[in-house]
Amino acid sequence: MTALGLFNYWAVIFLMMVGFYTLIARGNLVKKIIGLNIFQTSVFILYITMGKITGGTAPIFVEGGEDVIYSNPIPHVLILTAIVVGVATSAVGLSLVIRIKEAFGTIEEDEIQDESL
Amino acid sequence: MTDHLPVLLVVVPLVAAPIAALLNHPRLSWAVAVAATLWALYAALELLSQTMAAGAIHYELGGWAAPYGIEYVVDPLNAWVVVIVTLIGALVAPYARVSVEREITEDRIPLFYAAFILCLTGLLGIAVTGDVFNVFVFLEISSLSAYALIALGSDRRALTASFQYLIMGSVGATFIVIGIGLMYVMTGTLNMADLADRLPEVSGTRTIPVAFTFLTVGITLKLALFPLHLWLPNAYTYAPSAVTAFIASTATKVAVYLLLRFFFTIFGATFSFDVMQLDRILMPLALIAIVAMSLVAIYQENVKRLLAYSSVAQIGYMVLGISFASVLGLTAGILHLFNHALIKGALFMSMGCVMYRVGSVRLERMHGLGRAMPWTMAAFVVGGLSLIGVPLTVGFISKWYLVQAALEQGMWPVAGVVLLGSLLALMYVWKVVEVAYFREADPELEISEAPLSLLAPTWVLVLGNLYFGINASDSVDIATRAAEMLLGALS
Amino acid sequence: MDDRVILRVGAKILIPFILLFALYVQFHGDYGPGGGFQAGVIFAAGFVLYALIYGLGNVKKVLPPRAVYVCSALGVLLYAGVGYVTMALGGNFLDYGVLAHDPEHGQHYGILLVELGVLITVFGVMVAVFYAFAGRRRVDT
Repeated sequence: MTALGLFNYWAVIFLMMVGFYTLIARGNLVKKIIGLNIFQTSVFILYITMGKITGGTAPIFVEGGEDVIYSNPIPHVLILTAIVVGVATSAVGLSLVIRIKEAFGTIEEDEIQDESL
Repeated sequence: MTDHLPVLLVVVPLVAAPIAALLNHPRLSWAVAVAATLWALYAALELLSQTMAAGAIHYELGGWAAPYGIEYVVDPLNAWVVVIVTLIGALVAPYARVSVEREITEDRIPLFYAAFILCLTGLLGIAVTGDVFNVFVFLEISSLSAYALIALGSDRRALTASFQYLIMGSVGATFIVIGIGLMYVMTGTLNMADLADRLPEVSGTRTIPVAFTFLTVGITLKLALFPLHLWLPNAYTYAPSAVTAFIASTATKVAVYLLLRFFFTIFGATFSFDVMQLDRILMPLALIAIVAMSLVAIYQENVKRLLAYSSVAQIGYMVLGISFASVLGLTAGILHLFNHALIKGALFMSMGCVMYRVGSVRLERMHGLGRAMPWTMAAFVVGGLSLIGVPLTVGFISKWYLVQAALEQGMWPVAGVVLLGSLLALMYVWKVVEVAYFREADPELEISEAPLSLLAPTWVLVLGNLYFGINASDSVDIATRAAEMLLGALS
Repeated sequence: MDDRVILRVGAKILIPFILLFALYVQFHGDYGPGGGFQAGVIFAAGFVLYALIYGLGNVKKVLPPRAVYVCSALGVLLYAGVGYVTMALGGNFLDYGVLAHDPEHGQHYGILLVELGVLITVFGVMVAVFYAFAGRRRVDT
């Protein structure tokens, strides 16, 4: 396989690094949550990619089709769970951000640290 | 009924959580939480005795045979972890009623209990499941409820502590999912036993070491191993007292269990320690954790924070035991899981009593507390002695096995560091003792002893510290069985 | 929002179809793609759209916060309840085969009931999240 044949994985790595960088480098708490979301999205794509089988169709039973190739549905099911978890994490994270805004009056990390002292 | 115990252990608390939320009444929800935790403790003890007598118990969810269906497996190791978690849960639940009424506003109390039971459900689920993706799901159940529980703390810094934990915890969990996904790509299975069978065939590929690395980093983040411990001190300091007592004695323990499960059962000790040379990473980090975090603990003015740093150091002891990859070392690590849960449970619960009466656990507010709250501070002193590792306490048993394991491999300096850690522990425990017993109390403040419903669970743990320190044969026996089982593939 | 006739009329036409589509996704989740997660989110989207066009106060008259709260707990109870029933009937937890004389029918009923539980909880939680965020006043500092 050539490097370009692994296009999906390059996309995964790119998104993962973008998300991770945002998560680490940004001081704004909402941006951190966005970074986390991008980071998690890269994992969703990783899982979806590995379920794909060349020439495979959607894994819905085809009447009378003996030699139909199906894509593997298990990674998709797994990642559906992870997506739901991701939504829950974002909801909890954002609600914490709102309460931090109410308690500290800012959502910038460095300003919160000044406030806490 | 007994056939279904592995799943009932998890599902009864799972149902209790929405019931506690639906009842929406502080006392009724509390009663549900107590009932659920007591049930879980009963189920855990029953499972432990069954598995010690008859070997591993397998339970197929939905009747789908493993490795296709999700399977719950109970063996001596996770039965032991489940007993630790449920024991602490069953003691924290009765303790929580009075403590939570003081620290949390009344309209949030039913939700507090719902989140508390959900957190317990998640931790139990991680322990009993035999499916790696199921581990992730339960991990997130316990983590999300833990974020909510920590954010309930009365100090506003609880919010930022919880947010920090959320970010780091989610990254850790996502790393674990990546690792699981890469393993699935190579083997096509998620069942732990099946993975253990199939991984050796593909362990020469580049994917498996990458999966291993992601899993290691992800789990050590959850475990708060130095230097990935940054979320822990704030989270423990600002969470409500009952939550700190519960999470400090259970969440990191379950993460240690995951570490053992992944390294020994799934990847196998040969791959983890001979091929990947995990001990070269874990041992230095564990030693640094023991010394550096104990030193940091000495300089803390907030006792909960002091104990939190001490927890990071104690996690170092557990990981040190694991990094020997010998039966004796693993026994020490697994033993310390239980012993540290008893120690930190007792210490954080006694600090909850102080919080209840004094409203703060800063050292300057604790002058003369030894006379005002004799039972509370006596509990702290016994717990502290156990933390140091004085004979006749559980702390001594852990240290004894750890030093033995180090000497077995001829590592004198490591044994020395373990003893140095004890010395440092003596310094930070003494700091609290000195303030509580040898400083004059402010005569204007009238502080009385904490109520019985707080003292009773605390003292159960304190007595546990003494009992298992004097008669350690049961706990050592179980830990040795678990260690031998984990290394079974090696010998 | 009183003068935005297109939005008001459009929403009124769309909402029944959104809810119907949610039910379609739900009840075709046994043999085709779909299921409680997706259906719950779509169902909640119908209510969110209503709230966006007609205001939070109006949707809370239709669907009081307390009902949403109950929903999110009830779904989990339904899900686990199915598990308990299968255990009482002699199967393992969530072994739907024992729910009917014909195991295949049992699987069918079981998955529908469990997915219904998921739908109720996901719907409840989604609307609860929306209420929680939309109900906040803006804090100016």
